[in-house]
Amino acid sequence: MAAAVELDGVNVTFGDFVAVRDANLVIEPGEFFSFLGPSGCGKTTLLRTISGFIEPTRGSVRIGGKDMKGIGPNRRPTALIFQNLALFPMMSVAENIGYGLRVRGVPRHERDEKVKNLLIQVALAEHGHKQVSELSGGQKQRVAIARALAVEPSVLLLDEPLSALDLKLRQHMRAELRAIQKRVGITFIYITHDQGEALTMSDRIAVMNAGVIEQVGNGRAVYAEPRTPFVASFVGENNGIRGRITSVANGEAVLDTPIGTLRGRNPVGLAAGQDALLFVRPEALRIGAGAGALFEGEALDVAYEGSVTHISMRVRTGQKLTVTLGGGAADALPQPGDTLQVGFEPRDGLVLAKAADA
Amino acid sequence: MSGGLPLIIGLPLVAAVLLVVLGALERRHSPAAGPGFFQRNGVAVGLYLALAVGFWAFFIIVLPQLAMVDMSFRPKLPPSQMGGPKDVFTLENYRYFLFGSTTSTASWNILHIKAFFLTIGVSILVTLLNFAISYPLAFHMAQSAPVARLRVLLLLLIIPYWVNEILRAFAFRVLLSSGGVVNKLLLGSGLTSEPIDFLAADVGLYMGLSYAYLLMMIFPLYNAIESLDKNQIEAARDLGAPWWHIHAFVVMPHAKPGIASGCTLVFMLCAGALAAPLVLGGPRTLWFTPIVYDRFYQAFNWPQGAAYALILLLTCIVFVLAVLRLFRLSLGEITR
Ligand SMILES: Nc1ncnc2c1ncn2[C@@H]1O[C@H](COP(=O)(O)OP(=O)(O)O)[C@@H](O)[C@H]1O
Ligand SMILES: [Mg+2]
Repeated sequence: MAAAVELDGVNVTFGDFVAVRDANLVIEPGEFFSFLGPSGCGKTTLLRTISGFIEPTRGSVRIGGKDMKGIGPNRRPTALIFQNLALFPMMSVAENIGYGLRVRGVPRHERDEKVKNLLIQVALAEHGHKQVSELSGGQKQRVAIARALAVEPSVLLLDEPLSALDLKLRQHMRAELRAIQKRVGITFIYITHDQGEALTMSDRIAVMNAGVIEQVGNGRAVYAEPRTPFVASFVGENNGIRGRITSVANGEAVLDTPIGTLRGRNPVGLAAGQDALLFVRPEALRIGAGAGALFEGEALDVAYEGSVTHISMRVRTGQKLTVTLGGGAADALPQPGDTLQVGFEPRDGLVLAKAADA
Repeated sequence: MSGGLPLIIGLPLVAAVLLVVLGALERRHSPAAGPGFFQRNGVAVGLYLALAVGFWAFFIIVLPQLAMVDMSFRPKLPPSQMGGPKDVFTLENYRYFLFGSTTSTASWNILHIKAFFLTIGVSILVTLLNFAISYPLAFHMAQSAPVARLRVLLLLLIIPYWVNEILRAFAFRVLLSSGGVVNKLLLGSGLTSEPIDFLAADVGLYMGLSYAYLLMMIFPLYNAIESLDKNQIEAARDLGAPWWHIHAFVVMPHAKPGIASGCTLVFMLCAGALAAPLVLGGPRTLWFTPIVYDRFYQAFNWPQGAAYALILLLTCIVFVLAVLRLFRLSLGEITR
């Protein structure tokens, strides 16, 4: 089976500004694929390129194996759910959902039948006659999904569809979107700046930064095995410490840093003498005057949250690090102002190349 | 005018009471009732506003029109006999519009009735033509033009209106007359062998009228279309809609109030236009407003002129309300 969507060297520029740079990607049929990145990194631009509103400046987009060059958004087998949903306010809920069918000249009774089914699917069976403005945020969301599914796209594109909802509804809709995707079995391409959303829903995630896809992989891979400093610090909390590699051996690298000599894994194969960053997750840092102590710092703030405690601390160079302790450590919590001895296991440290601009 | 004084004092009072009652009614029906008018503005300012608006509404708008209504039901009399025994209410002026002079042999006042329907009919045509010209332009300005081009377009639209209306009408005449620029070009290029009489064919009239009220159409349309979320157009496109479908079922329904307000304005202004029909109308074209004008200033028959003006006004109002009704719009909506 042909790939659902293939991006082949896609570049999108606005004047001199490169919004998407050299995107190469294969998205499989039936996959729930997310683009994750901070606001302004080019996610929407890439999605609009797939849906046909923007022609790539260079490179090509293939959908279902077919080159989409010159094919407008109205003739692509994709459906886009807009960031603000873009429901038609002058049409009823049922008319909204049936719009794509009406455009295609589907006869009335057939259309009504399909709309009825879709309304049931998104649990809005009683609301077909209502105006869009009478619905709640979550219901509008589901109308937008039904409207897009009505045209039976092979790829559904979603542009931060949950960002306008409150937290509780957002979490509920995550599960619901995932369930809908499983049920209809088509490819979902989902855009978000919220790593929690991307991690919980996606089969695979592409992490984007400043127009560049930095890493593609499943949730575990981008969280536990980041390949670039950006991915390491954007997906989940992380502490990054600068230094220079003094030696490498057995997949590990030893780093000379202002706060001491630190050791971590070397997954991208950096060589001795290179400037690098060592990343340690807050939950991987240990405190206490044991044998593993590598450097010390002053506790600034201790935030006890029950199951975990976040400690913000400052090391000698003035850099701030975060340490997260599990709930078991509650009796022996340090106080602000205390001097902390900090250490970590080399397998929890990750040495990555310093980005050119960092 | 007989009984003038009680009328002048009584009617503003009636109007003021009516306003207060309407306000109270509206407040009762609107769910979110804010603080009352006087609470919001203070008694002094509130009183001033009420009186000023009441005065303005009455003396500038209601009273002159009422005087016209009153006059239209009276016979034409020399000033000395006004208020005398002969000054009685009569339907003569309205009868005259339909049946003409009592001494004429024809059973209907064909000339005036024809001019009347021609005026209404041509005004409808010009309104439609105007809409057809303005809609694409307004859409482009509101949805797709870059800011720089929008500025240029707005200037190009507005600057010609600095030129006086009558001057503009004569300019069209110069352009379209038998020895005019257009005919010279046509003859010179060999497209025609005889000059075409555009003015007699009313081409000039249609052009002049369309152009005169173009802005009245473009700006309401522009405002209405501008408030449409671009994403809705894109959503429709993404769902497979061809361009005409998007305009017919997404853009126009959204812009309906603007369309209605533009069309209403252009239609009303067209039906009441004086300069363009006088200057540009063909010899066989008798517009209704010049007839009204003639009643006043050629025939010196003010009561009849008043009656004719009222017939035109009422017909236009009824027509516009009927059309609004047809499109399920309330009068309030077109002011948005
Ligand atoms: N039509 C456009 N013209 C010029 N710049 C644009 C245009 N659309 C997007 N951009 C720029 O491209 C960058 C990426 O935008 P976007 O794809 O919307 O980011 P995201 O969806 O990730 O927040 C932004 O810096 C934005 O300013
Ligand atoms: Mg975006």
